[in-house]
Amino acid sequence: MDITFSPEEEKFRATVRNFIAENLPKLGKTSRRDFETKEDFLGWHRMLYKQGWVAPHWPVQYGGTGWNVTQRYIFNEETARAEAPALLPFGLAMVAPVIFTFGNDEQKKKFLPRILSGEDWWCQGYSEPGAGSDLASLKTKAVREGDHYIVNGQKTWTTLAQFADWIFCLVRTDATVKQQEGITFLLIDMKTPGITVKPIIVLDGAHEVNEVFFDNVKVPVENRVGEENKGWTFAKFLLVNERSGIAGVARSKKAIERLKEIGRAEMLDGKPLIETDEFARKIADTEIELAALEFTELRTLAQEAKGSHAGPESSILKIKGTEIQQRITELTVEAIGYYAYPYDRYFGDNEYPPGPAYASGGAGTYFNMRKASIYGGSNEIQRGIIAKAVLGL
Amino acid sequence: MDFSFTEEQTLLRNSVSKYLADNYKFEDFKKISRTEPGYSAKTWKQFAELGLMAAPLAEAYGGLGGGPVDTMVVMEEFGKALVVEPYVSTVVVGGGFFHHAGSEAQKQEWLNKIAAGETIIAFAFAEPQGRYNFADLTTTAKKSGANYVLNGQKAVVLGAPWADALIVTARTSGGQRDAKGVSVFIVDKKSKGVATRDYPTIDGLHASEVTFENVEVPAANLIGPADEALKLIEQVTDEAIAAHASEAVGAMKVLLNATVEYTKTRKQFGVPISKFQVLQHRMVDMFMHSEQSASIAYMVTLKLGEGEIERKKAASAAKVQIGKSGRFVGQQAVQLHGGMGMTDELNVGHYFKKLTMLDTLYGNVDHHLKRYADLG
Repeated sequence: MDITFSPEEEKFRATVRNFIAENLPKLGKTSRRDFETKEDFLGWHRMLYKQGWVAPHWPVQYGGTGWNVTQRYIFNEETARAEAPALLPFGLAMVAPVIFTFGNDEQKKKFLPRILSGEDWWCQGYSEPGAGSDLASLKTKAVREGDHYIVNGQKTWTTLAQFADWIFCLVRTDATVKQQEGITFLLIDMKTPGITVKPIIVLDGAHEVNEVFFDNVKVPVENRVGEENKGWTFAKFLLVNERSGIAGVARSKKAIERLKEIGRAEMLDGKPLIETDEFARKIADTEIELAALEFTELRTLAQEAKGSHAGPESSILKIKGTEIQQRITELTVEAIGYYAYPYDRYFGDNEYPPGPAYASGGAGTYFNMRKASIYGGSNEIQRGIIAKAVLGL
Repeated sequence: MDFSFTEEQTLLRNSVSKYLADNYKFEDFKKISRTEPGYSAKTWKQFAELGLMAAPLAEAYGGLGGGPVDTMVVMEEFGKALVVEPYVSTVVVGGGFFHHAGSEAQKQEWLNKIAAGETIIAFAFAEPQGRYNFADLTTTAKKSGANYVLNGQKAVVLGAPWADALIVTARTSGGQRDAKGVSVFIVDKKSKGVATRDYPTIDGLHASEVTFENVEVPAANLIGPADEALKLIEQVTDEAIAAHASEAVGAMKVLLNATVEYTKTRKQFGVPISKFQVLQHRMVDMFMHSEQSASIAYMVTLKLGEGEIERKKAASAAKVQIGKSGRFVGQQAVQLHGGMGMTDELNVGHYFKKLTMLDTLYGNVDHHLKRYADLG
């Protein structure tokens, strides 16, 4: 058992660090909360693409870096430590693995390069108003007519669909069989006539998610991944991938660092807040949970490196990872005090919100992050998965 | 041992409840909050006509002779409707300062105005450096002839954009955090040298950063004796804490009911999700939090007239209970509503934001656990 990094791995870390130090500052905005335009979101993606580093987990033949699990881990750590904006997962980490694992050659040739370059922005057409936790009960219908499917229905909670070029959709192609056995995986061009995107504003004022309506949308059969009615397998495959990316250990480490900075700056009767017992212990408690999670993730990675795939155990990463993320935002609001009150989105780009810079958006982030225990399979569902698939209950 | 309300208090509750049900639905709250100036002068006038401002104030000064229990009744209904109008800062804080320490002239002038709904008062006490310590003051008031000259800065003054008068805490002597040397003034917001930077708050209210530059305040505007106001501030803010505790209870009741109803109608996996034991127990926990909070709101309201230590302990206990329960009930209401709970469109998120910010106001859980423990 060995948890140190080798000299080669440390050299790799230095290369990554240098690249980030040279390139990240060239981006204007780096905080997701400040992003407004498509280009804001794509800035970092384009830089990594030029370097050849935008898809470390892809097979080399499609544009992956060929890094081993440890190198990928180091890369994630370094980018999170530098607070580089997180890449959007829908194209790179969700639909692309489905395409290169289950798609045909034409689909690989057509879609993968454009996902890699960022030329195509993808969104995820899974949830529906009536199909949240019970995704398999989805109703958006696709009827085969010659060499097209005609799609009718509605998707919801579609992240950043307002910028999307393509949507990967789970649709119902057979309503007479067991639900999971009548689902098909379609790739749909967002410019197809009949598609409407409607914003959903969330409680901190952000426009991140949308409703997507399909009104007699014609989708060519060649945009179907795999066989008709076999889409649920790909959906599950993708959901497990979604889960293991979600521990967010490196980013939470950074968030704790920021919280400590706030704790050092906030004064309680002339003494830094972080020097009060109560606050110091709360931070320590969360940091310790995170340390444990880090090793849980490393153990999972070690298993992956040996060839076995993350299965239901990745539910722990999702549950603990999101609970820790949320806890950090809670502590941040506690640390900030009264300057949590001003509504950060009210202040324009050229205005400074009142109070210290670290206070701005603190409450908004806390409210926004309540989604983390709901999305990606709610934490209740994840506990159910562990109960059933791991503990055999 | 009697927890029943008087006939007048029941009538009061019914009239507020009915008015709000007809005129302050969720969509009304949103509209009022999001349209300049962020509150409804019409609603404020209606509150006055319903006798809400007069209810807890002394009859000699235009009030109806009630007290904290009347405030409790009104505030629970306000919490249920997300009322933004500045009742607590005007009636409980403004009214409280004059009631406890005002001169006869001040009582005549201000309590009558408050009871009639003719003034909106905001309480300017917090400062950028002070966190929750009322005595941590860089705002100073220096005696100069027949006036005091006010200089300094106040942070996040809730309701200030709507106020005509500010109650301002300032240091008249002593070091920055000395208990002695704290004074309280009523200041006309239009006074020369008062500047405000107004903004909306994350929970649907409005606040200002207020700066005072050589503001001349008549000595007659000092409330109570100079240098000795800290205990008065603690008493009045404990009364405000009781009012906000009741407001929080109202909000929690709405969230609990909404969550129970939603889970009964939301079907997944072929059944209403209310059938899942995990969620049932979660809602039971929300219920218990809500009940414990209601109890503590009663306790603090009934103990406001006790001795200083007893009253402070009750107020800190209320802040701790409401802070913890408000967080749990708010978070779980969002969680159990799934994605819907995250939307701006649904009311749930707004109650959650209100409860969250009520924890910050007048000191969060940690602050009050310490105050409670330090009181022995």
